[in-house]
Amino acid sequence: MRRKLTVFLIIFVCFLLQTTLFQALAFASIAPNLLIVVVSSFGFMRGRKEGMYIGFFTGLVFDAFYGTIFGFYALVYMYAGYCNGMFRKFFFPDDIKLPMLLISVSDIVYNVAVYILKFMFRGQFHFGYYLLHVIIPELVYTVLIMIVLYPVLLKINQKLEAVEKRSGIKFV
Amino acid sequence: MRRRRKSRRRIPAKYMLWSLSVLCIIAMFASFLFDVPFTPLNTAAGYAFIPMQKGINQIGSWAGGVKDNLAKLADVMAENEQLQAQVDELTTELSIYKMEQYDIEDMRKLLDLDEQYKYEKIGASIIGKDAGNWFDTFIIDKGSKDGIEVDMNVIAGSGLVGIVTNVGPNFANVRSIIDDRNSVSAMVLTTSDKCFVNGDLEMMSEKQVIGFTDLSDEKNKAAIGDQVVTSYTSSKYVPGLLIGQINELNTDANNLTKSGTITPAVDFEHIKHVLVILDKKQSVQSAQN
Repeated sequence: MRRKLTVFLIIFVCFLLQTTLFQALAFASIAPNLLIVVVSSFGFMRGRKEGMYIGFFTGLVFDAFYGTIFGFYALVYMYAGYCNGMFRKFFFPDDIKLPMLLISVSDIVYNVAVYILKFMFRGQFHFGYYLLHVIIPELVYTVLIMIVLYPVLLKINQKLEAVEKRSGIKFV
Repeated sequence: MRRRRKSRRRIPAKYMLWSLSVLCIIAMFASFLFDVPFTPLNTAAGYAFIPMQKGINQIGSWAGGVKDNLAKLADVMAENEQLQAQVDELTTELSIYKMEQYDIEDMRKLLDLDEQYKYEKIGASIIGKDAGNWFDTFIIDKGSKDGIEVDMNVIAGSGLVGIVTNVGPNFANVRSIIDDRNSVSAMVLTTSDKCFVNGDLEMMSEKQVIGFTDLSDEKNKAAIGDQVVTSYTSSKYVPGLLIGQINELNTDANNLTKSGTITPAVDFEHIKHVLVILDKKQSVQSAQN
């Protein structure tokens, strides 16, 4: 329960920041993608299942506000969380290289998915342009933000795990 | 004991993934094909997020404002002096126009044109932008409780901003005319020739313009700088709203139609407040019938 509430709060805060503060601070009208950082971080920190649920919920929030086709973002974020969860085995808290790589790949895959499903199907074929002017700038900005955001998420997760461990011992 | 019971009830992640995927795909089809509204979720999301969004957005626009302000302060000081001189000049001009205004009003009454462009409007503030970088949509702080419905037109200043695509009780989502998915049936004001104005992410971020196509300008009268407004034949936009000015004009390969670019009348980077026109195209039409 404590974990669910905390995760909800994190998504809540990140969604708000992403749609308000970071849109105002956008460089060349490109804003970072905080939600993909949250979803994939919890994916590889907590495993496939939790990553999947967190991704699904995040996408659902996104759909409620911006979805023209309902369920699209839920689907994309859910797969992002699930796929990141498969790398839990290789995840070590002290190492920032793997999280950085996973988040970068997630961000690229997410944006390519959005491009294919929402741009290419409408006949916008200049992928090179979109790659250079949307996907890569967003990637750079997201990775910069991730360097700040990821340690915070890691700390929160470690705190939660410590609390869960303690209460687990108490009850068993 | 406790642990074993728990693990037995647990469904493997793989199956959950499949079932949730199917759920998402069904939802996508439902909203795409049958236009099923997801109102309960909108309502819940609206009450959870909108109040906070309003608050944080003020901080955001303040921070963004500070960023911009510092850079512009010197420019503004110089500009201020210039403008002061201009104000004096314009005040005298205004009094002349006011006189003419009375004449125009009299004539309008004669022609019974006055009613046509008077739409009922409601003011709203922008409180959030699209979280991705692909689209140009934003959230405003008025919703169905204030009488806003899907397909209502949104303007700022004198220009068209976009159209309402999604409504919650206390928020509404507006898709702007520069959004890549948007298309408006428009006409050139001087010649009344029709064309389609299409938002384009690439053109917008490269040159701050949007494209138009299928302009049938047989007499070759349309020129750069002509104003483009929403047309009478548009199914969703009320007629006569200013979209922008022609920036570039080319004859298409078929030699029949022209296409080019338009500079939008609204500064989409810096809009904060908009007006929602409460008269929808449908109701405008039925009122006229």
